[in-house]
Amino acid sequence: MSQSLVTMSYIVATILFILSLSGLSNQETARRGNYYGMLGMAIAIGATALSASVTSYVMLIIALTIGGVIGAKAATKVEMTQMPELVAIMHSLVGLAAVLVGYTNFMDTGSLSGVEKSIHEVEIYIGILIGAVTFSGSVIAFGKLSERISGKPLLLPHRHLLNLGLLTLTILLGSWFLSSAETDGGTFPLLLMTIVALAFGIHMVMAIGGADMPVVVSMLNSYSGWAAAATGFMLSNDLLIVTGALVGSSGAILSYIMCRAMNRHFLSVIAGGFGTVSGGEAAEVIGDIQSIEAHETAKLLMEAKTIMIIPGYGMAVAQAQHTVYEMTKFLRSKGKKVGFGIHPVAGRMPGHMNVLLAEAKVPYDIVFEMDEINNDWADVEVSIVIGANDIVNPSALTDPNSPIAGMPVLECWKSDTTIVLKRSMASGYAGVGNPLFVEENTRMLFGDANVMLQGVLKALQA
Amino acid sequence: MKISIPKEIHDGEKRVATTPEAAAQIIKLGFSVSIESGAGVTADISDDAYRAVGVEIVKTAKTLWKNADIILKVRAPEGIELDLMPNAKTLICFIWPAQNPELMEHLAKKDVTVLAMDSVPRMSRAQKLDALSSMANIAGYRAVIEAAQHFGRFFTGQITAAGKIPPAKILVIGAGVAGLAAIGTAKGMGAIVRAFDTRPEVKEQIESMDAEFLMLDFHDDQDAGGVGGYAKTMSPEFIAAEMELFAQQAKEVDIIITTALIPGRPAPKLITTQMVKSMKAGSVIVDLAAEQGGNCELTQKDDVVVKEGVTIIGYTNLPSRLANQSSQLYATNLRHLLTELTPQKDGIIHVNFDDEVLRGATVIKEGKITWPPPPPTLSAAAAPKAETIIVVKKEPSSFIPAFIKPFIPLLIGGLALLGLGSVAPASFMSHFTVFVLACFIGYQVIWNVSPSLHTPLMSVTNAISGIIVIGALIQVSTPSISMSLLAGMAILIATINITGGFLVTRRMLDMFRK
Repeated sequence: MSQSLVTMSYIVATILFILSLSGLSNQETARRGNYYGMLGMAIAIGATALSASVTSYVMLIIALTIGGVIGAKAATKVEMTQMPELVAIMHSLVGLAAVLVGYTNFMDTGSLSGVEKSIHEVEIYIGILIGAVTFSGSVIAFGKLSERISGKPLLLPHRHLLNLGLLTLTILLGSWFLSSAETDGGTFPLLLMTIVALAFGIHMVMAIGGADMPVVVSMLNSYSGWAAAATGFMLSNDLLIVTGALVGSSGAILSYIMCRAMNRHFLSVIAGGFGTVSGGEAAEVIGDIQSIEAHETAKLLMEAKTIMIIPGYGMAVAQAQHTVYEMTKFLRSKGKKVGFGIHPVAGRMPGHMNVLLAEAKVPYDIVFEMDEINNDWADVEVSIVIGANDIVNPSALTDPNSPIAGMPVLECWKSDTTIVLKRSMASGYAGVGNPLFVEENTRMLFGDANVMLQGVLKALQA
Repeated sequence: MKISIPKEIHDGEKRVATTPEAAAQIIKLGFSVSIESGAGVTADISDDAYRAVGVEIVKTAKTLWKNADIILKVRAPEGIELDLMPNAKTLICFIWPAQNPELMEHLAKKDVTVLAMDSVPRMSRAQKLDALSSMANIAGYRAVIEAAQHFGRFFTGQITAAGKIPPAKILVIGAGVAGLAAIGTAKGMGAIVRAFDTRPEVKEQIESMDAEFLMLDFHDDQDAGGVGGYAKTMSPEFIAAEMELFAQQAKEVDIIITTALIPGRPAPKLITTQMVKSMKAGSVIVDLAAEQGGNCELTQKDDVVVKEGVTIIGYTNLPSRLANQSSQLYATNLRHLLTELTPQKDGIIHVNFDDEVLRGATVIKEGKITWPPPPPTLSAAAAPKAETIIVVKKEPSSFIPAFIKPFIPLLIGGLALLGLGSVAPASFMSHFTVFVLACFIGYQVIWNVSPSLHTPLMSVTNAISGIIVIGALIQVSTPSISMSLLAGMAILIATINITGGFLVTRRMLDMFRK
């Protein structure tokens, strides 16, 4: 295949990738978009494989087959609640691939010289750097999401200084690498930098708490894109550059949306240590908790006409989404208006709750974004909070000293009655951080969300 | 422990202290429940209904009282019941300890523990066992129904072919639970409702029910809301102004419902004979304070009288006139109290004096009179005085003027680009152009993605970033074994991403359906 034909195929692939992402603007076109993406990828791989630069196919076919089988297996076996983990581990793979491609490219002593050679070496250096950070950061994110590593932020002393030191070290190693690469050396500083970058990725994600995971996952998504783009520069390949830039900006925007939904500055999330920056003492919450039983909940639901359900990470943990849907189906069959209110950072990754609800077959036209419903709470008779806390905390709006002050929250306390499902809370006068729990119109339903909801469902059907 | 519910013997009392629904819940707490045969009949609950949930039916009151550990009743024991009450057991019912000192003495002598439903403190946690409120709610409703019964006209206004019907005007005095229930019921029937209360903080509640709050043009430095959310006695000047308002309203309205009570005192006389005289013929007054002497001078307790052309209703048993409903609510209140008493759900009660609710409700503990309790600290109505918190946000001092700030990133970006442009060769610049434009396309496209599809977006971008496989493909055919192996590894890894990403996206998107 001639070089022009290959380039033309790349342009087609690029357009298909753009169409694939723009297809995601709504549910109807999303599936088609995904097929465009697959087609684009097939064209890109096919054209490259047939191009002049590929001559031996044994290794290629073996690698493609093994990788394809592993990927397909993972995709069909993964549970929807494990999506964040899958996404994180896939980010790490992109990072690793970028590192490997970078090294291969480094070993390939090309015919470049002068400024072009230097730029090429900078590109290799940066490509490996981003790839290594993405790789180790994603592996840690995976560990945190799958609870193999504690979700608590690991705060080393002088961590900001440490980060700064690692950054300076990277720059120093970079200049060493450039000067020694002149004389065809440079492998050692490159390896050293890779280790530093890996350490940096680990340290960065270790310092971030579980609740900030949505930002981290989308940030790593962005990094994986930049890694691909850097590889594109390294190989002078526009297809890689464009695709990498698309993915990179996608991840960056997602990170921005997540940060805005938590009213936090991107840098403060990345710097880590959630909740350590609040100005004064947050007001303590004192009051009486009113608990409720499953059958009383069922009674309340039967009497209500409009019901809004707010799912949080607790729903994913308890795997309660199917029970939630069974309940929704029943209530809707009784002519009640049931909706879902989704906070942008509910769960552990952007859109996490939507996927879980979709898995449970909840129709997407009754699933609403925060902005769509936050003015309508007064018309809601019963709101049900399932395993969520911060995203329904009124003190975000009222207490300027609260660690989450200023974060937009779902104002469910404005509904007539709010039922909060929670695993436990020492009964009585516990000083809790969420004033919602002691509101006069709040009822607490304690227990495992799935078990409790099954109880409610049984009582409803009785 | 064994819980027994006798039939009420007070004349005209139709309520019963438990219902089958409540009994089933009580049994779940570990108690055994028995009831006197026929106890629920006047509240339309048959013995069979009780039997169906596992309640034992006992033929005679004597056996029932004798075997009981805990007696649940509505009214305080009287007559023969006083003798039947076994020693050293527990009694839960309305007592009114202030009005019934002899009864208290008698019960104390028997070493019993008595929880008075009328003494449950008014706090938000105790609302579910506040029987006074549930009974007042019913009384308020029934008061309007009784008024309608004796009122010769419609409540709602209508324009008919036969002429225009003006809506009835109703004045509700006292906007406690009963008053608010009366307002709601009267509004529901279409009347024009006005309400008065000495506590200005209830204005909002009255207006939330679409009734008109009558303002008293009077300034007083004292706060009308007493401890525990009840009203207290007002100054003479205030009362004079109030009476003037009532006199004027009496001429206008068709129905007056009075619910004014001050704890531990006779009801204030608010409607004078003069005012009754000034009312239109056929008007109705319902006096919910009749038990404590009445808010109207002409009220006769437990009776309906017509004076000066005005019907004055002085029933004191309004909740009992809705026996089934009030039994339901009262039984639920009792059930909640029992739940509080048996935290272990083992059928054994613990009268825990550290619990403010139980402390307040217990008027006699094992023969010792513990009434009145120490005053409650948390009150339902008296809202804490709002404190104005002024947060002075200190802007970090900055030497860069604010209007320049938004341009700084642009400036830095521009300088960086210029610097890059000055050294970079042409081949790099063409790639760079593509890169920057692609970032902008990405920016435009991604903002349009529906937030509900953010997870599929991440997985599909994951798959697409597997495009890095191209880089490895180009290099896999080099003669160097080590490079070829590295490239092969990269292909393998990137392919996992591609297939995994696309397939899992497809799986997810297939789940999104309308």
